[in-house]
Amino acid sequence: MWQALYEELAPRGFVVLSVAMDSRDPDPLPWIEAAKPTYPVLIDREHRLAELYGIVNVPQAVWIDEAGRIVRPAEAAGAYEGFRKMNRQTREMPEDVARLTAHAKATYLDAIRDWVRAGVRSEHAFTGEQARAHLPAITADVATAQAMFRLGQILLRRGERAEAERWLQEASRLHPDSWCIWRQSAGVNDQGLAALPDFWERVDALGENRYYLPVDMKGMP
Amino acid sequence: MVTVLTESGEHTMPAAESRGDALWAPAAEVRVTTGWEAKPEGLCQGDVCVPLPAGRERELVDGERINLAALWRHLGRPALHSARGDVWVLGESAQQRAAALASLEAPDFTLPDVNGRMLRLSDYRGQKVLLVTWASW
Repeated sequence: MWQALYEELAPRGFVVLSVAMDSRDPDPLPWIEAAKPTYPVLIDREHRLAELYGIVNVPQAVWIDEAGRIVRPAEAAGAYEGFRKMNRQTREMPEDVARLTAHAKATYLDAIRDWVRAGVRSEHAFTGEQARAHLPAITADVATAQAMFRLGQILLRRGERAEAERWLQEASRLHPDSWCIWRQSAGVNDQGLAALPDFWERVDALGENRYYLPVDMKGMP
Repeated sequence: MVTVLTESGEHTMPAAESRGDALWAPAAEVRVTTGWEAKPEGLCQGDVCVPLPAGRERELVDGERINLAALWRHLGRPALHSARGDVWVLGESAQQRAAALASLEAPDFTLPDVNGRMLRLSDYRGQKVLLVTWASW
């Protein structure tokens, strides 16, 4: 999704830093090779970005300007939760939902183009006050959950699977909004895809709640 | 020997001892690992000092040894350990995380790329950065 945008905007001083919030070994690699990105792809096994930026899901992105300032805090990066309405056998999406999904992506990419072109004058670049108002809430439970996640990850690396799994599940319980923690805690003994039925169950349990929080961006569905 | 994970990374504390919910370590190891040290005004990291809680001084400092876990909890930061006590995580508090974000200065980090090369966010100063996450499923 990002390669074409990166090639288009790199001459204007724009870079994509893509970060895999993946802990299982060595799973991100085949995906990276298939995509052949020319921008940096980083591996974040201990979810450093979740600690520092309050990331709870993928794809979430943060806009950072030339001076290293946050212009837009963590938010869904052009993603729309249309997958919730797809046929789970055929993976087909109703046409109206597919249109909304494409629209969310296009809106987000155009907003990035506008920001790269116009900088602070872009209507999509938050002022400092707006950016602060959109920061994710970091509670004591969230901070503890991230520490538990880190402990779980090092125990996994040391082969202490049973104990690691307990810490990861406790982290997920303390920070239920984090799909990133849940994803790594679900079925750590299996390949990720084996946890798909659990994933759908958790998505369905959201009910009217959103999988991606609404993005405050003009034109975004 | 105890492995301690802090904000600055993974550290080995050869003479540290994990006892229940306490993590006692020689002052010198505590200083090297965390930057905290005992001074007349209390426990200090750089210019920041925290007075020892009255009546509970011995929970935090015992002669030349400091209970890092008690210090961390006193600071309102998560301090967790493995069942065997051989691994500890000394985390940052929610307030520290929130304050760092509220400054709007993008928190810096160093992570490996797919070839194991370490990259730092601040290496990209001067460019606009889209920091975007993904996962393989």
